[in-house]
Amino acid sequence: MRALAALIARDMRFALRVGGGALVALLFFLTVVTLTPFALGPDLALLARIGPAILWLGALLSSLLALDRLLSVDHDDGSLDLILMAETPLELALAAKAIAHWLTTGLPLVVAAPVLGLFLNLDFSASAAVLLTLLAGTPALTFIGLIGAALTVALRRGGLLLSVLVLPLTIPVLIFGVAASNAAIVGPMPFGAPFTILCALTLISFVVGPFAAAAAIKSGLE
Amino acid sequence: MPLIDLANPTRFLRLVERLLPWLAGAVTLVIAIGIYQAFFVAPDDYQQGATVKIMFIHVPSAWLSMFGWAVMSIAALGTLVWRHPLADVTAKVAAPIGAAFTFICLATGSLWGRPMWGTYWVWDARLTSVLVLFLMYLGVILVWRTVEDPSRAARAAAILTLVGAINLPIIKFSVDWWNTLHQPASVFRISGPSIHPALLFPLAIMAIGFVLLYVTLLLAAIRTEILRRRLRILQLMQAESATSSRS
Repeated sequence: MRALAALIARDMRFALRVGGGALVALLFFLTVVTLTPFALGPDLALLARIGPAILWLGALLSSLLALDRLLSVDHDDGSLDLILMAETPLELALAAKAIAHWLTTGLPLVVAAPVLGLFLNLDFSASAAVLLTLLAGTPALTFIGLIGAALTVALRRGGLLLSVLVLPLTIPVLIFGVAASNAAIVGPMPFGAPFTILCALTLISFVVGPFAAAAAIKSGLE
Repeated sequence: MPLIDLANPTRFLRLVERLLPWLAGAVTLVIAIGIYQAFFVAPDDYQQGATVKIMFIHVPSAWLSMFGWAVMSIAALGTLVWRHPLADVTAKVAAPIGAAFTFICLATGSLWGRPMWGTYWVWDARLTSVLVLFLMYLGVILVWRTVEDPSRAARAAAILTLVGAINLPIIKFSVDWWNTLHQPASVFRISGPSIHPALLFPLAIMAIGFVLLYVTLLLAAIRTEILRRRLRILQLMQAESATSSRS
């Protein structure tokens, strides 16, 4: 347990210091949301209607952008080999790394979403709904992305391959995240049903993600 | 001969060599009968007219697109649990074949949709989940094409295949929930098929023909891949002996 806490603290320190990537995803999120009105036109009614979808897409792409750093940095400097040889099970260590990654890249996106919601003419309840669904859904994106990051580290090919492999797996999270946000804003469906399914997807990803990622790394680094 | 002996690639190849001509003949015969039945015996649908003939290609390909992923998942288990090269080879060659059937399903569905729904593509649940399945096939093929070392690529592709096998039902469920306008499943139902027997019989023959076609293509592709790997090893050995004799 102490080893895992130390791993989380170490990863967060690295991400927040100079050279860490914590702020890049946030800036990317801001840029994507800024670009959207240029493509769609400055119609505030339209932006309010599709705002939750834009915020969700932006958060999805931003968290994808940061995934490349999740394991590749540790692989490059050799600390991934040390983690692999340590007594702590690799599955738990990877889960700890994913938690640290979410705290430094996912959580800022969640916090920024209501602020960006102001740009998109979202009212208070809509912003709250997006905030809540992102809070429940972005950990799933990180843990699904963990599988892709592990595969690309094992294959020694990063970048584009990662996005192509991970994006189809995130479709359910996107569907239920946007559905729950829209249900809270316009109805007619209740907010609870899609939101609880979203939470279920996140819990499933907590289980599947670390095990699949550990299997990928063990197969690739031996 | 016990079944386990087939795990030896050489014995497997010998069996495949003997089976392939018979299988190819059976495929030709069954599909010929199926096409004859579909075009000249089966009646036109009272609403859809002659376009219902597309169904005889579309529906078997849709079944095989899912069956193909199941074959890949079983092969993936073989790769991860037993580290068997034959499982690697099967998983590798099953991906393009499955992707091809998925593409046929999408393309024929699109051509069928034009006269029926008035558009080539609608974002309906079943179309969308088949499209996602196609994307995931392409992802697996991409992994195979990215990595040079075959056994490393095999294990990565196997993990991706199994994660996909867990995820595909979830994706199917979420997409169904997201939107549905396509007709619900009409052949495999608890209350029996709702499709007319005059259409069901040619469809069954075409389905058998397509399964045979899949098996034939898979065995032929496995044979090609085994030979290709032997060739690769021979080339590597030749290159090695050439460099060692020169030095």
